[in-house]
Amino acid sequence: MTYKAKLRVWRGDDESGDLKNYEVDVNEGEVVLDIVHRLQATQAPDLAVRWNCKAGKCGSCSAEVNGKPRLMCMTRMNTFTEDEVITITPMRTFPVIRDLVTDVSYNYAKARMVPAFAPPADLEPGDYRMAQVDVERSQEFRKCIECFLCNNVCHVMRDHEDNKASFSGPRFLMRIAELDMHPLDTVDRRQTAVEDHGLGYCNITKCCTEVCPEHIHITDNALIPLKERVADRKYDPLFSVASLFRKGKEKRAAAPATPKG
Amino acid sequence: MTDLERHSYDVVVIGAGGAGLRAAIEARLQGKTVAIVCKSLFGKAHTVMAEGGIAAAMGNVNPKDNWQVHFRDTMRGGKFLNSWRMAELHAKEAPQRVWELETYGALFDRTPDGKISQRNFGGHEYPRLAHVGDRSGLELIRTLQQKIVSLQQEDFRETGDYESKIKIFAEVTVTRLLVNDGRIAGAYAYYRETGDFVLFEAPAVVLATGGIGKTFKVTSASWEYTGDGHALAMRAGATTLNMEFIQFHPTGMVWPLSVKGILVTESVRGDGGILTNSEGKRFMFDYIPDVFKAQYATTPEEGDRWYTDPENNRRPPELLPRDEVARAINSEVKAGRGTPHGGVYLDVSSRLPADVIRKKLPSMWHQFKELADVDITQEPMEVGPTCHYVMGGVEVDPDTEQTRLPGLFAAGEVSGGMHGSNRLGGNSLSDLLVFGRRAGLGAAIYVDGLAGSRPSVTDEMVADAEEEALAAFHVEGGENPYTIHADLQQTMNDLVGIIRTESEMREALDRLEGFKERVRRASVQGGRAFNPGWHLALDLKNMLLVSEAIARSALERQESRGGHTRDDYPVMSPEWRQLNIVSRTEGDGVAIYRQPLDPMREDLLELFDVDELKKYMTEAELPKGEHS
Ligand SMILES: Cc1cc2nc3c(=O)[nH]c(=O)nc-3n(C[C@H](O)[C@H](O)[C@H](O)COP(=O)(O)OP(=O)(O)OC[C@H]3O[C@@H](n4cnc5c(N)ncnc54)[C@H](O)[C@@H]3O)c2cc1C
Ligand code: SF4
Ligand code: SF4
Ligand code: FES
Repeated sequence: MTYKAKLRVWRGDDESGDLKNYEVDVNEGEVVLDIVHRLQATQAPDLAVRWNCKAGKCGSCSAEVNGKPRLMCMTRMNTFTEDEVITITPMRTFPVIRDLVTDVSYNYAKARMVPAFAPPADLEPGDYRMAQVDVERSQEFRKCIECFLCNNVCHVMRDHEDNKASFSGPRFLMRIAELDMHPLDTVDRRQTAVEDHGLGYCNITKCCTEVCPEHIHITDNALIPLKERVADRKYDPLFSVASLFRKGKEKRAAAPATPKG
Repeated sequence: MTDLERHSYDVVVIGAGGAGLRAAIEARLQGKTVAIVCKSLFGKAHTVMAEGGIAAAMGNVNPKDNWQVHFRDTMRGGKFLNSWRMAELHAKEAPQRVWELETYGALFDRTPDGKISQRNFGGHEYPRLAHVGDRSGLELIRTLQQKIVSLQQEDFRETGDYESKIKIFAEVTVTRLLVNDGRIAGAYAYYRETGDFVLFEAPAVVLATGGIGKTFKVTSASWEYTGDGHALAMRAGATTLNMEFIQFHPTGMVWPLSVKGILVTESVRGDGGILTNSEGKRFMFDYIPDVFKAQYATTPEEGDRWYTDPENNRRPPELLPRDEVARAINSEVKAGRGTPHGGVYLDVSSRLPADVIRKKLPSMWHQFKELADVDITQEPMEVGPTCHYVMGGVEVDPDTEQTRLPGLFAAGEVSGGMHGSNRLGGNSLSDLLVFGRRAGLGAAIYVDGLAGSRPSVTDEMVADAEEEALAAFHVEGGENPYTIHADLQQTMNDLVGIIRTESEMREALDRLEGFKERVRRASVQGGRAFNPGWHLALDLKNMLLVSEAIARSALERQESRGGHTRDDYPVMSPEWRQLNIVSRTEGDGVAIYRQPLDPMREDLLELFDVDELKKYMTEAELPKGEHS
């Protein structure tokens, strides 16, 4: 069962680096992260790699495997042939710290610019009533494990560093859609979606959806409906699902747009 | 030392899982400045992995549920060794803590009348776990993370700085607590990214560092679970309680080897999954212990009826507390009735339609499909016990979560007492919220009480801490820390694992002595920037201290109870129930002593049948008066 895989792993820091060749043992059923760990334990103890759960739940181990954005802990070695050279590189859109670890602070800065959930002021804890059908749409987006692979792959930033300042990427546009679709949120988020988070940059290529390890329909279920709402379509069948408990979502006219920080 | 980065806060919270985040929120709401320090990125702590749900007696599905029933279940699950006061506070406050999450934006699954849905789980008399599919921990951590962001937004509006009151120091590891004159003065840490050190000066520290799973080979834990908090507390002069109680979750994956230990959620059984051996037998019916005979079905027919008619039937024994199920699986495998890869079968495919399985257990479906090529809607899973949770932990005051060291607080998995000898599923996430909040409050009140006279950090303390942290770089020709770690895990798995016996534990203690020298001689290659070899060398010291505490306590407790099973003392003893085993550091190791439990308050005792109490307690402890 065991064979030696040929790996090329990016080693370096924010200044310089290159691909290094290694040969590492592989056993049945293993994933790329196992092989990286074995490399670390036997040949390269200082190889930097970020991981945490090794179960596809935390979104820490994002990297590019043969150019494809993936979670290393959920990429099985048997998706490659035994003689294939496997190239592992850090996510390209974010600055490298060391080896496979990148600086993802951009994402946390953008998260902080999304105005928080705002329930009706007079609703007491314990009195929240929502129908399952009404929460399901936002629940899909809350499956997000913040691996940032979608933001990594989106060409708006991947190919244009300058756009990072005015574009928050699919992850945080989806977060805005999630709050917008929350049955009890009271804020109108259309303006901030466009002005602070750059919704207009997205041209619906769906690359983000393709890489999402949680199989969230980012483009179809979050970005397009959000764009439609912004375009102020009068009839959005999805947004006007009959609600058992919502009396009609009354949105405040203008969001208290959080200043850019 | 002049260019050392220094920060000053009212409260430093170590850990950004559910307990740490809830503590930080509370301390900030009390007007304190707070630093949150965590080893991994913000939002990625171990809590993210929790699946089944949060236990809280809201009574949304069965209105008969209330805090008293939850309290009883918790005490039974813990075999009455719980800190009853913590179990009481937990049962009373959990509903409020869950409802509060909705005000932060959480979206739980709903009942038909729009309330938070609640599911069945082992040891809980009524459907009690608030959940979101099987990703409840993700919902919990994201919600708390987003609440912290919203507080930062408030602070921004007021001060122009998001980080004026709460700042997150992610990928920063604390290596030492600083103590001056018997009180907390601060914490010393390094940035994983650069290897640079950072000093936090703070009169109050909340430990919320989670568990110890990585000391064992087969575990459901993330890499963070190196027992740092337990070790930091002991080294600073605080104590830990009952470290022998370790929960081996009955259902971890057993194949492929590289994923061995990854959890298979108990919801599989809560939603109808059954356990069978290689002969196709539903073996759990043979393993219902006397203390639980009254509450569990004796035939598969009755067990099956319970899912639709819980009023008139008893629950199936697959839903016994985890320690019982784990031991049963262990016995079946030992008796040669295991699966090809040394587990037993867990099957939902023959019990629920495929689309229902995919809807109710989406992550499990995904996990088996992607990692094992198994479609759980079509075939059974192979499962076996995995090290999952440590019931033992830092000894705290039940109301304030203060440890024996003034200024040091602990909450969440790192603290001890609440779960007794065995934790019920779902009771951890609620524990994080209830005691996380209390720890944040306790810390805030403590800081107020100091009235400005804060213990100081001296240059000597800092120099010491730095020297200790860098030692591994100065070892010439020492051993690879990865090898030492693998050997330590194997030792603990083999000798202090699910079934224990005196001779093996003595051997473990011998070997641990040897590990002390090996860990001192662990050497590191490369520089200080993001160097996992160095990080592991530091973590190893903590794992070793914790391993010794576990082995010594396990050797001391001569009975079997919950997460501590002795081959040589197979029964539960009412005398031992009256004792906690406390660990503290002595020299470079651990010393233990016995400490009597507080007797349970009379009104709480009266919540139980005397006949039930007799199974656990000595005659003298039974309620006085008309009841006896
Ligand atoms: C797969 C799985 C499923 C589970 N399902 C459930 C469930 O359904 N219901 C339930 O109630 N419980 C469940 N549990 C148990 C529960 O998830 C944990 O007990 C709980 O999340 C622990 O939370 P915590 O806040 O104590 O710490 P954690 O979430 O573990 O966080 C620990 C934090 O401390 C930090 N830390 C540790 N050491 C240091 C250091 N030296 N310096 C700085 N930071 C440090 C870490 O980075 C992390 O941020 C499950 C556990 C697992 C593994
Ligand atoms: S669909 Fe939009 S957000 Fe997604 S990758 Fe394409 S441009 Fe980016
Ligand atoms: S939406 Fe999907 S790809 Fe994007 S961060 Fe979340 S989980 Fe990752
Ligand atoms: S390590 Fe958590 S997703 Fe890969």
